[in-house]
Parts: sequence; structure tokens; C-alpha cells
Amino acid sequence: MHESTKDHAALAALFNKDEERVNWHDETLWWIRQKRDKNVHQLPEWEALREAASQIKFNVLSNLHDYLLQFEKNATANGVQVHWAADAKEHNEIVHRLLQEHKVDRMVKSKSMLTEECGLNEYLAEQGVEVIDSDLGERIVQLAKEPPSHIVLPCIHKKKEEIGDLFHQYLGTPANVADPQFLTEAARQHLRDVFLTRRAALTGVNFAVAETGEFVVCTNEGNADMGAHLADVHIASMGIEKLIPERKHLGIFLRLLTRSATGQPITTYSSHFKKPRKETPIHIILVDNGRSVQLGRKEFRNSLKCIRCGACMNTCPVYRRSGGHSYHTAVAGPIGSILAPNLDMKKYKDLPFASTLCGSCSNVCPVKIDIHDQLYKWRQELVKEGYTPAAKTISMKLMAQTLSSPTLYNAAGKSGRFVLKHVPFLVNNKLNPWYKEREMPEAPKESFREWYKRRDA
Amino acid sequence: MKVGLFIPCYVDQFYPNAAIATLQLLEKFGVEVTYPLSQTCCGQPMANSGYEHLTKGCNELFIKNFESFDYIVAPSGSCVLHVREHLHDAANEEAATVLRHKVYELTSFLTDILQVKELNARFPHRVGMHQSCHGQRGLKLSQMSELVAEPFSKPGSLLKMVKDLDLIELGRTDECCGFGGTFCVTEEAVSAKMGKDRVADHLHHGAEYITGVDMSCLMHMEGILKRAGSKVKVIHIAEILNAE
Ligand code: SF4
Repeated sequence: MHESTKDHAALAALFNKDEERVNWHDETLWWIRQKRDKNVHQLPEWEALREAASQIKFNVLSNLHDYLLQFEKNATANGVQVHWAADAKEHNEIVHRLLQEHKVDRMVKSKSMLTEECGLNEYLAEQGVEVIDSDLGERIVQLAKEPPSHIVLPCIHKKKEEIGDLFHQYLGTPANVADPQFLTEAARQHLRDVFLTRRAALTGVNFAVAETGEFVVCTNEGNADMGAHLADVHIASMGIEKLIPERKHLGIFLRLLTRSATGQPITTYSSHFKKPRKETPIHIILVDNGRSVQLGRKEFRNSLKCIRCGACMNTCPVYRRSGGHSYHTAVAGPIGSILAPNLDMKKYKDLPFASTLCGSCSNVCPVKIDIHDQLYKWRQELVKEGYTPAAKTISMKLMAQTLSSPTLYNAAGKSGRFVLKHVPFLVNNKLNPWYKEREMPEAPKESFREWYKRRDA
Repeated sequence: MKVGLFIPCYVDQFYPNAAIATLQLLEKFGVEVTYPLSQTCCGQPMANSGYEHLTKGCNELFIKNFESFDYIVAPSGSCVLHVREHLHDAANEEAATVLRHKVYELTSFLTDILQVKELNARFPHRVGMHQSCHGQRGLKLSQMSELVAEPFSKPGSLLKMVKDLDLIELGRTDECCGFGGTFCVTEEAVSAKMGKDRVADHLHHGAEYITGVDMSCLMHMEGILKRAGSKVKVIHIAEILNAE
């Protein structure tokens, strides 16, 4: 995982040193947001789909314990081996144990944000197990020794020339070749070899159906299937919130997922896994890692409806201009900013403030998570828990006191004095960050209050 | 009809013309307007920073100042949204609830309560309309580009009644300008970049004026325009609707 002592504002400021790159990043993601708009506007029932998905997920969250047991029962009956992991550590250890049982020290892995969240690759590397990510974007950031910067588009922060350089260095493509088709073909050849030689495959899970005990993995590259079908053992890691009650609900989610994510009508591959083939076991690991704590937080449980489509990132004007790495957590952007403080308030205390609360995220979210309201609520929570600097608290108290009392507010004769001294963006002092790229508003001769009093006199 | 005028503190100090235009506009439509002199602030700067628990005094004062009016009107979507969502008073919750329902942002007060169909205004300029997020997505003053739903715009419908006004199209109709309250200083780099990009969209489409329902967003964009030495001006929508 991305270890950093800098907060979002500092990392975003670094990202903004290269304005041209910021423009490129913003426009690339905005283009995806537009693709999404174009696509969803073709479905008159779009808002009804979102509402249905949201209601289904609410039902799941309210009855999670029952659905989990139902899923375990049905999956077990199908011959799948079910494991429970309370946290990241337990999850990683289970994966390692399974690999040891199969005497495997090289594994292929398709996209799974959960394993990013758990730091699985690093853990397995320490145990001497090599993991190769088979999603093209993930493979690219893996070669670059960077974490993904986006949950759906892991290497969206990389330009094709940079990818060409990486491939030249690691996969032996000719220097200075950045043609996407050529590079994709090179990756395909490289990964083909990986698929053929790895005897264990790990995949994520997009949806698990309680009614049938099956799970569905969505990819555009077919890499989950390639890995799982060619290996001797298939391990699937899923967060416990990934459940849906019945198979008939799947259609709603599949219609929402990729339209929201990339503006495609559906993922290229939506693969169902139900019964293992003979001699090739399937293991599924149900991971909690803070989810049941979040479920217990009334104000924030709603965030567990997330289906990881990434639409809230693509639309977020702050994400587009600060880059995924500025969030210093596995799941970046607006949704990451309401999930991460649940895991570690101290470390992620900055994230709920990395937003203007514009609300665009909540509007694109296919499961209608009130993301921006939760950001607001996390701010209140973080202050209550004492995670804000003492100086800020003192100035806020002073502000509150003055604004509660017209006498204090007007004490200095001109109330503007207070505004000028204490409203952060108006502090009339050249050290105010406002000045860096903006001029101060000019105070006119007469305030409205003065005009009004004069008029009434 | 008795209306209490609520003017955000920074508008009072820096943009009195927006407040004067609001008052005059309401009076043109026969409304009796009073500006209670003991008003201070809606409490939003504290609340959005995570200190909502410190806004008790502000809330009590707000209720005291505005309780007696039929409606409360403010030329700001952001402050109105804050009052609508967060005005509470444990000792006087009934009054708080009533107030939450009778506070209006200016343009929606004109379209929804006064049902204005005609304006005697003229503004012969090319104007870009900035959709401030709290007004648009919070108060639903205009349809939002993310949703699959019928388009409408309350401020837009009023601008259409203004003679000789040329309302320009934008590349991104409702992207945030990056002001965000304290965000504009705590996240200076991203905030300024967002502002620059928003301004560039208006300039690219030939705006002479950038208008909107929230002076705070306009102040942010004005700061950027001025730094760039641009002649393009920001103007609160009340001033356009009141222009003769
Ligand atoms: S919060 Fe909503 S929009 Fe964001 S990734 Fe999750 S499902 Fe998608």
C-alpha cells in the first residue's frame, strides 16, 4: 500500500506542479464521465434501476448475517470451500496457507481491490510467493512498483509513452514505442505465458448470489477466466458486502455496473462460478476487515452498498485534478474518503476534507450512496474524536462565540473587521494561501448594512 | 407578504450591490422587505469544517431574527441549503422546523413563491451562468447533468426574461468551481486549478460576465479573473434581474 506522511492537500499540490498533466488527467476522466452520460441517457429507466439497486443493497445490509449463512450453505453444497477472514491479516494468511497446501509459489491474480486493501501482494512477496497481476492496468502499475490510482482504471495516471518505457524495460519491447495496440499485444504474449505456467489463480468477486451460492466476476479482458480455468486451484476473495439475495437481481447490477464505470453497456466477460471442476478446487474467502464496524455506524453503513464502479472518481472534480495517489489509500476518490476513515481515523483524517461537497458523486452513484453527505458527517465525527489541530478548534470556537452574539459581532463598529480577520478565505494577509493564484475582493466604501441604515434613516 | 432578508456576511462587506439588488427586486414585486440588523451568519463555515456542534448560538440567533417573517430570502444557495439542512434548536425545534421550510434562495423564491413570469430588465451582454453546486444539487435549482431527468433551470428561466441578454453555452454545464468554503485555502492547489478551469470554459465561450446565485463561487472566480488581468466580470444574478 501507498505509505506516505503527506496529506491529501500536500500530495495534490505536488500533482499540480505539472499543470499540463493535470489537464490531461482531468480530460481523460471527464471523457469517461461523458461516455457514461451518453450511455445512461439511452435508458429511460436509469433512475429506476438505481433506486432498485439501492433498495436491494439496503435489504442485503439489513439481513447480511442471514444472507452470508445462506451463501455459505449453498456454496458449500456446490462443492466450494468457504473460509472466513476477520481482517486483512487473516485473509492473507488463508491465501498463503492454501498456496502452501498446493505447493505453489507463483500465482496469477485478476483485479481485486480487496487484495489491495489487504496488502496481499506485499505479504506474499515476504513469504517468497510471486504474484503477477493479470489485469493489464494492474500489471502496468505492478511493473512500475506503484499502487493502482483508480479502482477500475488502475493506471489511468500513466501516459502511453510511460507505459511504452516500462514495457521496454521489463518486457523487451523496442524503445520509444507507444502504440497502444502494439503494447497490448506485447502484454498479451507476456501474460499468456503467465496463464499457462501458474498453477494457482486468485480472482476478486463482483457479486455473490446467496440463493445459489455462485459468484460473478466481471472483467473486460477475460483475464479472470483465463487464470481460473488454467490453474489447479482457484481462490476468490470477497468482501462480505458483495452479496445479492437472488440471481434475478443480478441483471439490475450488471446493467448498472459498466455503464457507470466506463460507459459500456455491459462488461465483456461476466463469468459465473458455481461448481468446481473435478480436481480443481474453488476456495472463497469471505472478508470482513472493518465492514461489520462500518455496518454498525448508522450514519455510514450506507457506504457498504458500493459496487466499486469508480463513477464517483471519474466525476469528482477534485479527484480528476489531484490524482488517485493523493488519497494515499487503496480505494481513492469520494468513496475511498468515506471508507478509509472507518479503517483508520488518524491516518485518513484528511480525506473527508478533500472535497468541495459539490455532490456530483452522489448523483452518479449507481447504488445511490449519499457520498457527499457522508463526507460532511465524517468531518463532524473526526472533530468530535479530536483529530483536528488545536489551533483550528480554538479559532472555530472564537468564531462561533462571535457569530452567536450581535454585540460582539458589531463590537468593533464595523462588523467587517471580524469577517476580515476570521473568515479563512478572507483573511486579509498576504500569507493567506488564497493569494497564491487569486486576488482578494476589494471592500467597497459602504457595506450593505451601512447602506440599509442610511436608507432607513 | 413580509420577508426577512438574510445577507451572508461576506456579501454585506464586499458585494453590497448584490444585496441591494436583491432588496430592490423583491420590493418591485410588492414584497415588504426587512433586513434584521442583529443577523450575523448561518453557521455554515463552522459546520462544513466539522464543527456543527458549535453552531447552537448561531442557530438560536437566526431563529430569533427571522421567526416573525412569512419567508426568509437570501441571495445565496449555499447559506440557504445550510439552514434548510442543519437549522435545529433543541429548546425550540418547532420554530426551527418552520423556519427550515420558509427559507428561500432568491431565484427559487421568485419562480416558486412569487411565480414571476415577466421581468422589466435589460442586460445587453454575453453572460455565462455558473451553476453553484449547493444551489443546483442541494436545492435543486436546476436539473443536474448526472441524472436522467427532464431539464429545467429556475435561474435560467429568469435570465431568459431579461431583454437583450445572450446566455452562452458551456463545455461543462455544472462542474464545481472549487471554492468549497475553507477548501479554497486548505486545498489551495486543487481549488485554484478548478477555478481556473471553470473560468476558462466561460472565457472560451465568449462570456463578458459570469453570473450565478452564489457570490462565494463568483468571488473565487473573480479572484482568478483579476489575477489573469481579464476584463471579464462577475455579477450576482440579482443585479442582472434588477438591471434596467
Ligand atoms: S460509491 Fe457508488 S459511484 Fe463510487 S465506486 Fe461505489 S458504487 Fe461506484
